[in-house]
Amino acid sequence: MKSWRHGLVLAALTVAAPYASAQAADALQVRNWAAACANCHGTNGVAQPGMESLAGQKQEDLAKKMLDFKNGRKPATVMHQLAKGYSDEQIQQISAYFAALKK
Amino acid sequence: MKRRQFVQTLGAGSVLGASTLIAGCATTGGSGGPRVVIIGGGYGGATAAKYIRMWSEGTVNVTLVEPNASFVSCPISNLVLGGHKTMADVTTPYDNLVKRHGVQLVRDMAAAIDPDKRVVKLASGQELGYDRLIVSPGIDFMWETLPGMSKAGAQDRVLHAWKAGPQTVALRKQLEAMPNGGVYALTIPLAPYRCPPGPYERACMVASYFKKAKPRSKVIIFDANEDIQSKKGLFLKAWKEHYDGMIEYRPKHAVTDVDAATNTLKFEFNDDFKPAVANVVPAMRAGDIAVKTGLATANKRWCEVDWLTFESKAVKNVHVLGDALQIAPAMPKSGHMANQHGKTCAAAVVALLTGKQPAQLPIYNNTCYSFVTEEDVVHVASVHRYDAAQKTMLTVPGSGGVSSAASELEGRYAMAWARNIWADVLA
Repeated sequence: MKSWRHGLVLAALTVAAPYASAQAADALQVRNWAAACANCHGTNGVAQPGMESLAGQKQEDLAKKMLDFKNGRKPATVMHQLAKGYSDEQIQQISAYFAALKK
Repeated sequence: MKRRQFVQTLGAGSVLGASTLIAGCATTGGSGGPRVVIIGGGYGGATAAKYIRMWSEGTVNVTLVEPNASFVSCPISNLVLGGHKTMADVTTPYDNLVKRHGVQLVRDMAAAIDPDKRVVKLASGQELGYDRLIVSPGIDFMWETLPGMSKAGAQDRVLHAWKAGPQTVALRKQLEAMPNGGVYALTIPLAPYRCPPGPYERACMVASYFKKAKPRSKVIIFDANEDIQSKKGLFLKAWKEHYDGMIEYRPKHAVTDVDAATNTLKFEFNDDFKPAVANVVPAMRAGDIAVKTGLATANKRWCEVDWLTFESKAVKNVHVLGDALQIAPAMPKSGHMANQHGKTCAAAVVALLTGKQPAQLPIYNNTCYSFVTEEDVVHVASVHRYDAAQKTMLTVPGSGGVSSAASELEGRYAMAWARNIWADVLA
């Protein structure tokens, strides 16, 4: 079980790697961006009832959802408006951060 | 020993630690690492307390100074006025900050700050030394703008209920006691004020109660501003659709005084008005302790900060959060925003205390839900990003917006928002 989780973290980091830039090196910056989602999606991405938890989801799934919100492919009440506030690269980095967290 | 018992014992130990700290030397370093004192356990201060403990992995001592035993949320409290929620629904104890996160809670008021000695003096006379101080005092009212409200008993009779708590309960009682056919008048000060859409939501909630219980009663909004300050189209639609003839909106009506003995509102240009229930929201400014400490540098009302760290522009090692701030362009004074300030500040304070550079590109969002009926909700959302050239937070072009229409779905999201933000602040 433990090694499975470890594998997931590695996978998330590997997926995130192509998007790494000078800024991406600042892991704390990405952590802070992700913390801004916690108001609705829970501290460390573990949500209270009625909202989607982000922790431990696959990086590519999270990123796809956010990019679909951003580009109007996925209907929403509010997420399409919020997703437009982030660059594609930031979305990839935040998604990788949540993917690496425990469910 | 069971795990729960162990955690509680640890919590108790932390409280003992706090009293040792209080008694100890105020300015030299404590035994357990750097010390942060936080004044005010609202959305900003309580969030900062939890996140500093979490992100420093318990290495930074945090003392939260807060007079109340529990957190009472302003968001959702308008539903208490409408009779749709109870005070218990908007109240959360501070226990978890102490038990789970090791925050030292001191139930007291901050009376004064000595920034040179880096000491907070409490109302009880105790002193707390700090390496960094976070002031999250919320708002206080500019009573001097309404001379009659300083008369004895006036503030108990004419209520603001703009800080959730006893006034919320008292205003609800006034509404319940009001006869069918009575008029409830709500006055709104000039912007900026706490929670831009709050007054218009309150009008909806009071009207939703009248519709059921006092169908001949009316809501009259006297707004000092030229127009509705937030979600205008959505509120106008809701008033027409659900409360036609029951809610009346009068812009450019600035209250200049109140005679609380006769419930009379006085205006600059308009005739006096005498409602059955007068709900006066006075002009506001940063909380008293911030003003007293010289933190309120903008018009002596609001506190200016460095948006990367929330450190005061006037006083070193002192950070300010939440509604007390001189806002950045298009940034609302909201609980959601204060929670975002709290996290950004927490990250910066932990970095500064460990000799690191604070993160240089804060990005955070605001989502503000308003109930237009017991079930139907509308929102306004925005994303704010640091602009290095202008050294302020600016909204990201193309982001944000309002609901396309009020909906029950957003009503469910609004309550999920509340559960989640309360947990993010306090659990």
